[in-house]
Amino acid sequence: MHQSVLDFERRRYLKIALALCAVSLVAYLWHDPRSPPNGGTWLGYTLGGLGAALILWLTALGVRKRTYTSTLGSLQGWVSAHVYLGLALLLVVSLHAGFQFGWNIHTLCYVLMVVVIASGLLGIVLYQRLPQQLSQNRAQQTSDQMLTELQELDERTRRVAANASPDEVLAIEANIAGTRIGGSTVAILSAQDRSTVRLPDGLAEAEANPGQARILEWLSARLSASDDAGRTRTLTDLVSLIGARRALLRRLQQDARLRGWLSVWLYVHVPVTFGLLGSLIAHVVSVFLYW
Amino acid sequence: MFRIAIVGAGPGGMSAAARAAELGVPHVLLEQSAAHANTIQRYQKGKHVMAEPNVLPLRSPLPFAAGVREHILEEWGTGLDRLGVNLRCQSEVTRIEGERGDFILTLKSGESLRAEHVIFSIGVQGNPRRLGVPGDDLPCVQYTLDDPDDYQGETIVVVGAGDAAIENAIALARQNRVFIVNRAEEFARVKDGNLSLILKAIEDETLGCFYKSSCLSVTATASAEAPYLLTLATPEGDTAVPCHRIIARIGAVPPRKFVESCGIHFPSADAAALPELSAQYESNVSGLYVIGALGGYPLIKQAMNQGYEVVSHIQGEAVEPADEPLLAEKFAKLAGGLSVTETLQRMQQRIPLFADVNPLMFRELILGSAVHCPHEGDVVFRRNDYTNSFYTVLDGSVQIELGEGGDSRRITLVAGQFFGEGSLLSGRRRSAAVYAGAGCVLIESPRRDIVKLMNSVDSVRSVIDRLFIVRAIQTGFAPNTPFEVLAPIAARARLNRYKRDEALFKEGEPGDRLHLVRSGSVAVSRNFGGREVTLSYVAAGNYVGEMALLGRTSRSATVRAAVPTETVSLDADAFAELMAHNPALRGDIENVMRKRIVSNAQAQSSDAGGNLISFLMRQGLGEATDVLLIDESLCIGCDNCEQACAATHGGTSRLDRAAGPTFANVHVPTSCRHCENPHCMKDCPPDAIRRAPNGEVYIRDNCIGCGNCERNCPYGVIHMASTPPPQPSLWASLLFGSEAPPVESTGQGKAPKKAVKCDMCKDQSGGPACVRACPTGAALRVSPAEFVEFVSTGVAER
Repeated sequence: MHQSVLDFERRRYLKIALALCAVSLVAYLWHDPRSPPNGGTWLGYTLGGLGAALILWLTALGVRKRTYTSTLGSLQGWVSAHVYLGLALLLVVSLHAGFQFGWNIHTLCYVLMVVVIASGLLGIVLYQRLPQQLSQNRAQQTSDQMLTELQELDERTRRVAANASPDEVLAIEANIAGTRIGGSTVAILSAQDRSTVRLPDGLAEAEANPGQARILEWLSARLSASDDAGRTRTLTDLVSLIGARRALLRRLQQDARLRGWLSVWLYVHVPVTFGLLGSLIAHVVSVFLYW
Repeated sequence: MFRIAIVGAGPGGMSAAARAAELGVPHVLLEQSAAHANTIQRYQKGKHVMAEPNVLPLRSPLPFAAGVREHILEEWGTGLDRLGVNLRCQSEVTRIEGERGDFILTLKSGESLRAEHVIFSIGVQGNPRRLGVPGDDLPCVQYTLDDPDDYQGETIVVVGAGDAAIENAIALARQNRVFIVNRAEEFARVKDGNLSLILKAIEDETLGCFYKSSCLSVTATASAEAPYLLTLATPEGDTAVPCHRIIARIGAVPPRKFVESCGIHFPSADAAALPELSAQYESNVSGLYVIGALGGYPLIKQAMNQGYEVVSHIQGEAVEPADEPLLAEKFAKLAGGLSVTETLQRMQQRIPLFADVNPLMFRELILGSAVHCPHEGDVVFRRNDYTNSFYTVLDGSVQIELGEGGDSRRITLVAGQFFGEGSLLSGRRRSAAVYAGAGCVLIESPRRDIVKLMNSVDSVRSVIDRLFIVRAIQTGFAPNTPFEVLAPIAARARLNRYKRDEALFKEGEPGDRLHLVRSGSVAVSRNFGGREVTLSYVAAGNYVGEMALLGRTSRSATVRAAVPTETVSLDADAFAELMAHNPALRGDIENVMRKRIVSNAQAQSSDAGGNLISFLMRQGLGEATDVLLIDESLCIGCDNCEQACAATHGGTSRLDRAAGPTFANVHVPTSCRHCENPHCMKDCPPDAIRRAPNGEVYIRDNCIGCGNCERNCPYGVIHMASTPPPQPSLWASLLFGSEAPPVESTGQGKAPKKAVKCDMCKDQSGGPACVRACPTGAALRVSPAEFVEFVSTGVAER
């Protein structure tokens, strides 16, 4: 219905970035230095200056994003330009280096830049794919509303469990207490369910309970053995409540996973950018002092 | 015999009594509740009370300045003591008889008092409706609930099924055993949020509900466990409920009936009508005066000034009204050197529309209005402006430019005529540009004041309605037909009002009328396999039902009001007459019809488009002028929109991105729709909510924080907030880790809360900050004009 960052203004910045790449490439191929291509030729300095300016400007997105009163273009336009010019930077800087790499500060600077660009590329892919999944998974609820619903579900389960036997009440409480949403970064990003439950007649330590499987198994064993009508009803209600809980937990874990992926790449992209800025300064200073 | 009896110890009544005491006049101040200023006593603790309008000076022996509730109440209390005011609390007046010189006031206790003059200052809140069963005077029965946390571990019965009853019951159920008694079998007419809360609470058994039940009696018992017994008539027979407390929230009896029983005349049956008063606030009953909210003055300072003025007037002192200098300043640019009163009289003489308005009401209207003396050729307003004020021509003339570009035509209005009623009534953009003529003097009145006048004075309403119809027909169908020809046709037109979802007409019915949508909007739908599928929506200013009049007999689609809607309808004969005067009209209408048939057919082929339309209609887009939508396929949930909103609006975000419904990737966040006829404007005491020329509905600084707009907004987009301390700059927080100090949210020292809502960043260059700050382009704003296009392209892309 309207444009994504990639399509912004009929891909204006893609065109600019492609033009920039084309000009750099033509100049690089046309240029015939006495030594092998490197940063020390006039073209090398030009491309290097251009690359450094681009890096500084790309970093400035972080400031522009938080300058809410700025009327300097829309933020979407900035992001669009950031994406395309950031990708173009890879070619410009590679040409600047003349594809000469070694174990030195200059190559470190290059490697950091590649890491930043690669993480940014991952970000673009994630931003294109995940929002829709996130929205569908939420099914009109906010994350907070889902958490509230879980609490309410647990309250209702407790009320139903009040009619069950004491060890069943304990099991329900243990199931609620052992529920884990999130946890380590890996657990969040893989949406692993590390919930546990310590059953009253079970092992001494808590047992794994992914997707409420263990508690469901335990309750259904009791349900199938029940010969009392009232008890059967209570246990049936409990099983169906745990079933609902399982679905909700799944959605919460998915929500955390998707939101995690939407932000995790930034934890590489941003800190490495600062590393890149540092090494860029070192690179420029060393070139001018010692070359 | 008292010289003056004052009924109701609110700000107006207290000020009147204080003035009487100051002058040494024998007086009595009668208050039905236990203390003075009952309404303000019931405000929450620590609430900041404001003193609008700022420009109005205070005239009263009692002090009043903006401040904390407790402080104001205490000052009034000591003021009453110091002046020796004869205040009698718990004295409800049930009857007033007589006239100047000899009034008899009967109290609820049966006692009667005599007074020469009576000042009525009872406000408009009315008395809570009582249970009306034996025992409803026992101490366990109460009609208000100040703080639900005051009660713990009790059994409480809440009687009533409205929003107040539900909110009380839910809040009490946290710490008490609660039952709610509903006379009906469901909770109708409550807010959606409350409905789901109460149904859920009943299902979860956090509280009990008696449906189709009513109270029979309340009796005291000897048991300490449950000191009272409430007997209910339920479908299963009579049930006794042991309880500690009964809270009846069954509405309030509006004071009008009581006021009328005292002989005071209201000019119209409309619930919003105000009693007719003289310039000295005297009603049609000689010696009986009405001040404060009941007389149409909802602000504290106005009421206090009136109390002072009325008592001075009774004592024969000539008092110039407190607002005299304000009017004099307004009239300063008028030539002729007339006094304020003479100017007002001249205005009423020259403008027939205002001839029948009583002088006090007229004075109030002018006080809210602006007087303009534009130069010849100046623009009064432009076509497509979003303003909604109303203009009358006092002197000279104006030129109205109908149409655009080469097609435009000018008509002249002279002194005594009015314009601007179209946008006032429909909430739509201005349909014509207006230019000042020679010697032009204009009175510009805000929408709220004119609406108030229309509600009170039938003649004003009918004149404006009639002219609206003629002009609507003229702009809609017959731009070249002179006014005189249209007037008889317009006289046959009908004005219709529809509730939300009510059908104007249904598919298959015989069609005999065409409807011009005057305000609101309608949704066009058709039946497919037993399901009503929405095809399109028609905004105010357009017409529907034309197909049936052009040769076809039955309706081809159902048209329902998407929001409360008003239409002007024309029957086939009137329409035929119009076509006879305008041979080109048939061609024009056929053109519109042809486009409609094509777009309906397109909408029909994509079910999703129709569903998206009806989804957006349910979210209030039918009355929106600009709405924020979020494309969920692009939104990464970074909340930069909220942060941008907060950063550009004093630290409080006016939108809640995550909240709100979603359909087919279109998310409608909780954010202002800038309605055509904003619900929030309806009941704003200082008239602080205005509409800017570009359509933005915004709240001015003179907001008093009463919260009416928050309650009136059906979309929950207004909230009360105090201004948080300034945020540290980006660099300060980056480099030094500075954080904003925490906001004081409770206690005496907290900042006053005012209503905040989206103002569409009207004071920012570059447009709405939320949209500008969206990194992925997910946030967008849509107006009704773009809306249909948005739906069709949006669906096409899927």
